[in-house]
Parts: sequence; C-alpha cells; structure tokens
Amino acid sequence: MTILIWIWSIILSISIILVLYRCIKGPSLPDRVIALDMFTTITTGLLVLIAHFLNNYILLDVSLVYSLLAFISVIAIARYLESSKRG
Amino acid sequence: MFIIGIILITIGVIFSTLGALGLVRMPDLYNRLQTSTKATTLGAFSTIIGVGFLNPAWLIKTIVIATFILLTAPISSHNLARASHKWGIPLSDKTSVDKYDSKTGKEE
Repeated sequence: MTILIWIWSIILSISIILVLYRCIKGPSLPDRVIALDMFTTITTGLLVLIAHFLNNYILLDVSLVYSLLAFISVIAIARYLESSKRG
Repeated sequence: MFIIGIILITIGVIFSTLGALGLVRMPDLYNRLQTSTKATTLGAFSTIIGVGFLNPAWLIKTIVIATFILLTAPISSHNLARASHKWGIPLSDKTSVDKYDSKTGKEE
C-alpha cells in the first residue's frame, strides 16, 4: 500500500512539472492562468492522498479551502481580463 | 471497498497526467482549456473519491470536496474562455468556424 501511494505521488509530481513548464513558457496571460488553475486542481488531489498517507484529518480542510481560493482567484482574473484591453 | 478505491485512484492519476500532457502539446489556448478542464475534473474527482473509499470514515468529507471541484471547474473555465476571446487571443490556424466572433458569427 505504501509503495502504491509513492508511485501515485511521483506520477502526480511529474504532471505538476509538465504544467509548470506551460506556466513558464506560455505565450499569453490566460495560458498561465490555465496552468495555475490546473496546478491547484492536481495539488488538491495530491493533498488528499497525503492526508490518507499521514492519516491526518486536518489536510482535508486544507484541500477544501485551497480549491475555494483557486476558484475565486481564477474568477477575479477573468473579470479583470474582460474589462481591460489587450496590450 | 479497498479494490474499488485503488482502481479509482489509478484512473484519476492517469487522467491527471494525460491532462498535463495535453496542456503541453495542444496548439491553441482554447484547446488547452478544454483538455485541461475535462481531464483534471475527472482526475481530481476520481482521486478524491478513491481516497474516500480507501478510508470509509472520511467518505462524506471527500464527497463534499469532490462535488465542489466538479461544480466550480466548468464555471471558471467558461469565464476564462469568454474573457480571453473578448480580450483578443487568436484562434489556431486549423479552426474552421468561430460562432462567437462578431463579424462571422450570429451571436453578439
């Protein structure tokens, strides 16, 4: 069971590295916002896995608040983009 | 319960990795948005529900977190797509129709 959790965590970390590549290289601002949104969603799943691995109930609350903050930040950036000009 | 949890987490991890690969490989902003949102929603949803199956005392709380992700990911991606289209991000060369455009499309 521990080996399975290690394998899942390593695969999720590799996908987080791929997402960070797009976040650094992305040609425009919304690409980076998409990459950050996906980064937070994958990290939420990884947090729940770590909560099961450490048998720690508090990390579930942490992951819930983390996904809520990510949602609010993406909505705020989208509103800001909609009301401004490109340039 | 144990086997179901392991299968669900494996599906979720595979879908998250495929979504990250699509985010790197796709040519256009809108293709990237579609790939990342679909894959990541199923991936995170399945991973979190799978942890709930592995540890049945946490099942209700994991269902709450997974439902929150399932409800908010399409809203944020829809808002971001509309804002970036209005902001003037160009589409890919292979796109054949753009119904949201003000010149060629009917809407707006």
